[in-house]
Amino acid sequence: MRVIDCLGRPCPVPVIELAKALPEVAVGDLLEVLSDDPAAAVDIPAWCRMRSQEWVGQVGRGHRVRRLS
Amino acid sequence: MAARVFLDAAAGAPLHPAAREALLAALDDGWADPARLYSSGRRARLLLDGAREAVAQVVGARPDEVSFAPNGTAAAHLAVLGTLASRRRTGQHVVHSAVEHSCVLQAVEGAETTSVGVNQLGRVDLTAFATALRPDTALACLLSASHEVGTTQPVAEAAQACERYAVPLLVDAAQSLGRAPVPRGWSLLTGSAHKWGGPPGVGLLVVRTGTRWRSPLPADEREGGRVAGAVALPNVLAAAVALQAAHAESAAEDARLRPLVELIRRRVVETVPDVEVVGDPAGRLAHLVTFSCLYVDGESLLTALDRRGFEVSSGSSCTSSTLMPSHVLVAMGVLTHGNVRVSLHRGTTEAEVLAFLAALPEVVAELRREAGVTGL
Repeated sequence: MRVIDCLGRPCPVPVIELAKALPEVAVGDLLEVLSDDPAAAVDIPAWCRMRSQEWVGQVGRGHRVRRLS
Repeated sequence: MAARVFLDAAAGAPLHPAAREALLAALDDGWADPARLYSSGRRARLLLDGAREAVAQVVGARPDEVSFAPNGTAAAHLAVLGTLASRRRTGQHVVHSAVEHSCVLQAVEGAETTSVGVNQLGRVDLTAFATALRPDTALACLLSASHEVGTTQPVAEAAQACERYAVPLLVDAAQSLGRAPVPRGWSLLTGSAHKWGGPPGVGLLVVRTGTRWRSPLPADEREGGRVAGAVALPNVLAAAVALQAAHAESAAEDARLRPLVELIRRRVVETVPDVEVVGDPAGRLAHLVTFSCLYVDGESLLTALDRRGFEVSSGSSCTSSTLMPSHVLVAMGVLTHGNVRVSLHRGTTEAEVLAFLAALPEVVAELRREAGVTGL
């Protein structure tokens, strides 16, 4: 699983990094964004909804997304 | 610089012209202490009584149920803490929606609370709200309409549930007073004059007869024993005049502003890529609209719009001192960054709205270019 480290970086950086990195993983694969920004827990699922990608869940500071398309 | 376009009436509307006139007159006429028995005091008392009656009529209350507080936040704090103080034997449990104004959330902090969630449009889950009521619930809180996204709340239905369990319902009507019909069924109602076009520094606390309430602070005999100290009488008089005027104009203003807000909702989606308009498109206040722009930070957006003469608000964390995103947007599960709240007032013209809509796409595009996020 590809992991991108956004610890210490404020919104909207984690979502931007997610949007940049997701096309680089294969369809069906997972990507994890590490973020301690309180907004990420809402903005990453919201981004997935807007972009029709799968929000898998949060494990600690890791926010997991599956590329669907 | 071109004229400023003020689009943040939800924070505080410009003074209503009728209120300005009343305020100037009251500075001459209403300066005395209304508690004194000499002529000037009695004159001030008459003016204060008149203001109370005017407000009572608008909110559908008896004059003796109406108290003026130093501001909307103080009114909400008194409403919450006074109810809790009077119901210690019942319990100290509070039910509230997850989207209450922060002044209500701060006031209930010491109590055991059940926060009831909202759907993606920002409307409270009525079944969960009713289910959360318990025998030891001392107070339920549901705001009339969201200050951040404009979604109206099912106050009458929540009030029915509260009545079944004999739980008093506090309705924070700060965003709807003077703009929309006053909801029915509340036990306590609060408001803030500068949101309806009155001057700042006047809050409204209305406690229904028969609702148990005891001052949580040292009290005197003023304002029905609910708010201590002398009221700012000229401001109170202006606030009452503004509420009467705004309430009388509210249907016409609703009909004028609602299409402008609908235009914003539509046009923003058409002209700005990757934008999410939030809040209920139908069950909403007429004057307020909120949207979020992907990949843009709210503070930069506000600053860029301000440079072009447009004054708006944002619920994004990058604009708050705490770095916490808006609890309202979080509860709705919608994008919290790049957030813009536009709220119109009686002075807002169609030309101003069109100018804002013309400027916005380039402002967002420029910020995205600078951040290197175009085409993501």
